[in-house]
Amino acid sequence: MALTEQEILAGIGKIINEITGIPASEVSPEKNFVDDLDIDSLSMVEIAVAAQDEFGVEIPDEQLKHLKTVKDVINFIQN
Amino acid sequence: MSTDQVRVVVTGLGATTPLGGDVASTWSALLAGQSGVRNLTEDWVDSVPVKFAAVAAVDPTEVLPRPEARRLDRAEQFALVAAREAWAHAAIDKVDPERLGVVVGSGIGGITTILAAYDTFKEKGWQRLSPYTVPMLMPNGAAGWIGIEVGARAGVHATVSACATGAESIGYAIEMIRSGRADVVVAGGTEAAIHPLNIGSFAAMRAMSTRNDAPQLASRPWDKDRDGFVLGEGAGIVVLESEEHALARGAKIYAVAAGVGYSADAHHIAQPEPTGAGVMLAMRRALENSGLTGQDIKHVNAHSTSTPAGDVVETLAIKEVIGAHPLVTSTKSMTGHLLGGAGGIESVFTILALHERIAPGTINVDNLDDGVEVDIVRGAPRKLPDGQIAAINNSFGFGGHDVAVAFTSI
Repeated sequence: MALTEQEILAGIGKIINEITGIPASEVSPEKNFVDDLDIDSLSMVEIAVAAQDEFGVEIPDEQLKHLKTVKDVINFIQN
Repeated sequence: MSTDQVRVVVTGLGATTPLGGDVASTWSALLAGQSGVRNLTEDWVDSVPVKFAAVAAVDPTEVLPRPEARRLDRAEQFALVAAREAWAHAAIDKVDPERLGVVVGSGIGGITTILAAYDTFKEKGWQRLSPYTVPMLMPNGAAGWIGIEVGARAGVHATVSACATGAESIGYAIEMIRSGRADVVVAGGTEAAIHPLNIGSFAAMRAMSTRNDAPQLASRPWDKDRDGFVLGEGAGIVVLESEEHALARGAKIYAVAAGVGYSADAHHIAQPEPTGAGVMLAMRRALENSGLTGQDIKHVNAHSTSTPAGDVVETLAIKEVIGAHPLVTSTKSMTGHLLGGAGGIESVFTILALHERIAPGTINVDNLDDGVEVDIVRGAPRKLPDGQIAAINNSFGFGGHDVAVAFTSI
């Protein structure tokens, strides 16, 4: 069964908190990783790898650079 | 005497060691003659002939936020903890970033990162390597992180000279200020090498004590029954500043970083040169560089590591260059040997000894070895004289590196 948006958001929040220390509660769908959450490209790689482990969805590098917001990642995982 | 030189002073101290997680706790344990050596309990201990080490008293992951700690090698963690203490201690409100530098090195660098990352690579593939693997394993990583932390743009450097690294870093920092490149420099050394591969490798050199039945008696410099060094971990960092800069901001000054002497043995990659010629040259140059005479030196924090080969020859060199009068101690009897971190913490101890007029003791010297003809502080600490006094911190490293850093009281 596919995960709901809320379930994916909770998982991403947990990963981002683990890697960057940003509280999971601040990780909402509209947030931009660079502009709002101040996450650098190396941390994005860590987050992508952790998300692959968590959700079983491979995020290729060429896709990763297009994922600007939390919502983008949720959509990518759902589809 | 080189009175035309810029005077460099010490305005901040930081340390995390097997005796304590900061300078104050380390210093009081040192004066109390405590040993920081303990039994290792890791599951790999059966694979190595040495079952003990001087493990850091406070694990850096307990102090650093988790997201920060996970992208730092343990050696970088120690360095950052000690640098933050030293920086806070110096209480510098304002410094021109282009006049602020960092010189912090490590003897081995991020070796636990390298080995763990290689396991990850073999088991899970390159995609699972942390993107911070390279900055964690590079030996200049600690210097880089500290530079970012304090905003240092005058230059960030990492000297690498095995167990002389910490002292060489402080020497380089003195010269950086004297040459006009910086007003303030954060300097020292760090090491996190308690790993079975390192223990196995040092044991393969027959350099480590194997006194497994009494680990706290294992580090015994100058004692007849010494059988090798005890591996320690941690970091020692100082904030050096031109006297002019320090006085202008009304800083508290702990000592003068008077000068440094370097030399090299050109003899053997790992064994000390038996006549002590290189050690003597380093100390002689430190005296010249500082405008001091042997008579001025009242205390030596010796390099002596408790190995059969090196301890006595260092005392012969001290006697020859400085004289038999200074109070000589090896704090490694309590902290173990921090390799690249040794010169960092031992400079901190040398500075505190001058500031508080007390020379820490050397524990476990039950039977002084033949040929030691200097005044070893055995057991309890001893008082240093009043008035203008000076002290030297010696650090030597595999590769034949000899470094002597001289400090004077204020």
